[in-house]
Amino acid sequence: MPTLIELKDGVCRPAEDPFTHVADDEDLPPGDVIVSLTRFQQEGDRLLSEGRRVGVRLKSDEEVEALAYDLPRLAVVAFDFPKYRDGRSYTNARLVRERYGFKAEVRAVGDVLREQAGFMARVGFDAFEPADDASANEWQAAIRRYRHVYQRAADGRAPAFVEREA
Amino acid sequence: MYQYDTLDKEMLADRSAEFRGQVARRLSGELTEDQFKPLRLMNGLYLQLHAYMLRVAIPYGSLNPAQLRKLAWIGRTYDKGYGHFTTRTNLQFHWIKLADTPDILDHLASVDMHAIQTSGNCIRNTTTDPYAGATAEEVDDPRVWAEAIRQWSTFHPEFSFLPRKFKIAITAAPKDRTAARVHDIGLVLKRARDGALGFEVIVGGGMGRTPYVGPTIKEFLPVNRLLSYLEAILRVYNRHGRRDNIYKARIKILVAALGKDEFAKQVEAEWAKIDRDAGEGGADLPDTELARIRGAFATATFETLPAVSEAFETAKASTPAFARFVRNNVKPHKKPGYGIVEISLKGIGDTPGDATSEQMETVADLAERYGQNDIRVTHEQNLVLPHVRLDDIPSVWAGLAEAGIATANINLVSDIIACPGLDYCALANARAIPIAQHIAEKFRDPDRAEKVGELKIKISGCINACGHHHVGHIGILGVDKKGEEFYQLTLGGSGAEDASLGSILGPALPYDRVAGAVDTLVDVYLREREDGERFLDTFRRTGVAPFKEAVYADAH
Ligand code: HEM
Ligand code: SF4
Repeated sequence: MPTLIELKDGVCRPAEDPFTHVADDEDLPPGDVIVSLTRFQQEGDRLLSEGRRVGVRLKSDEEVEALAYDLPRLAVVAFDFPKYRDGRSYTNARLVRERYGFKAEVRAVGDVLREQAGFMARVGFDAFEPADDASANEWQAAIRRYRHVYQRAADGRAPAFVEREA
Repeated sequence: MYQYDTLDKEMLADRSAEFRGQVARRLSGELTEDQFKPLRLMNGLYLQLHAYMLRVAIPYGSLNPAQLRKLAWIGRTYDKGYGHFTTRTNLQFHWIKLADTPDILDHLASVDMHAIQTSGNCIRNTTTDPYAGATAEEVDDPRVWAEAIRQWSTFHPEFSFLPRKFKIAITAAPKDRTAARVHDIGLVLKRARDGALGFEVIVGGGMGRTPYVGPTIKEFLPVNRLLSYLEAILRVYNRHGRRDNIYKARIKILVAALGKDEFAKQVEAEWAKIDRDAGEGGADLPDTELARIRGAFATATFETLPAVSEAFETAKASTPAFARFVRNNVKPHKKPGYGIVEISLKGIGDTPGDATSEQMETVADLAERYGQNDIRVTHEQNLVLPHVRLDDIPSVWAGLAEAGIATANINLVSDIIACPGLDYCALANARAIPIAQHIAEKFRDPDRAEKVGELKIKISGCINACGHHHVGHIGILGVDKKGEEFYQLTLGGSGAEDASLGSILGPALPYDRVAGAVDTLVDVYLREREDGERFLDTFRRTGVAPFKEAVYADAH
């Protein structure tokens, strides 16, 4: 089980992960779970009625639009990076924040590397399961590497053109 | 010219520091080559046949003398005393040591240069008209928008891992010097009847193994909406572009699969939603920022000069070599008494696009002395001094001649684009550079070359089409036939405003017959041409038959 890194108010901290990832063919353990979109569509209502917190994990070829009406009920949305090169989850994450106004945890899972941490934070991820054993400190350094950004994104950072007006 | 401010400079410093750390981790063994590869590729560092290659970004092909001198110095200090200008108006060093790269990036950063996004599946260096700000043809200065795109696309958090690389070209003149229609996105700046500026947006052109001339998906996009519209295009592509096969991953494949109307519809729908997401602040650059960028490009100051320069006319009359240079390499400027000077990096027998450190220094000196500190790189791998007083052109020419770069062949048969081919590239089927050299030799006689007129020859060593052969008036493609180098000729391509893809002449030819075949094609053209026709025009009128007949009649 990889360690979880949480990003809150610009600070990265290692965290206990209360959620269990459950594969489609696995039995459900008790407690908080993260399941696939398919499983959520079949069993989501029941899981939520049991009083546990539920998260959904989207594959990179699934679109966040599929979750639109369920988002208020979810504690976590996890977006998968099957390879770090597969950039579709950046779009999903940005949309879940900017278009759907999702405020709870948006988590990066899969081939999640510190070299991409800065991009991930910018599109709205605030929890990470690093695949490269990076520590929270290393993650923090990666996210803070650039003093400026050039474009608006989901993290609320002021882009260069706004800084210049100040 | 746009000057980097503190923010721009701090971005480069941060990048340089990041890369130094990554190289240190590689050299210490903490990172394997496999782990390091994606990191170095983010910084334009490729591993090639013989050594590391570093590709330095030259945003929209614009350089000042300090930058060009620094490139010359890097070439002398860390490479073999030269650099290679590319068809994306960048500069490559082919003989770099890994351990030197962090220092090289620091030296580049000291003159506001970098290698950011010169490789990888991200938005690459945006190219524009090398005559921008100097030609009377343009409706407005396209560099303003190229700079806006440079900033927007740099470290874009959503679009740095696209299905494939992504290239944008912007032109503002009806005569297209950027090959806009064979780019992932081509933008043509236009002025509406009411004076408003807007872009024609062309999407899904490209070369490689499936070449397309891109279709127009929007006739008139108001200029101040550019970035949000680009965002919509990139988002549709990022989500739906193919990722299962790198040969089908470019946006051209998506546009062709959906059809341009359906693609345009999806972009419009996404664009409308982006607007709603953005709310108050809007999804586009504020007018103040556009004004700031625009101001930075409005700094060229021109004297009021007579349209005719006596010194210039006298030199033309007395020195035939200068007159030839003027006929071929000097183009009209928007201001009376000025000219645009093109510097050919296609000397007969040289490698197309190569410049020695001394040559770069000469160009830097001339730009400083006579050219308002402005230097451009063209996608045809030449250099341009965009603002030279006619009075000074004789001196500029003399300086160039001394450095061996006064070749008077712009747009002529020896002004060839050739990829590195088998001499440097691991993917090549065949050599490209020596073919270019053989052809140039055939037309060494400048009178004959001038008589032939505009003729664009483009050579690629394999189907990846780095040498743009699809859009050559004569295109030459290296193919492998049972381990031997053969060359497929195509005729009638164009990357300009009349864009088209070439059609195949006939069976591929062996290495030693290519230059002769080009000679034959030119003879056919000279025989067939009617008043004022370029090679391309004659070919379009006659079709392939007379050309084919002559080349393959020869074959017996
Ligand atoms: C020397 C080693 C090089 C290698 C291994 C290489 C490799 C490739 C490959 C694999 C492609 C196809 C990409 C695709 O279809 O998406 C490509 C395309 C291209 N390369 Fe290169 N290249 C090299 C050098 C160059 C140089 C020196 C230039 C410029 C002078 C260049 C300019 C281009 C261009 C313009 C394309 C076409 C992109 C398009 O389809 O729009 N390449 N290259
Ligand atoms: S066209 Fe082929 S041979 Fe030429 S540089 Fe590109 S990949 Fe190499």
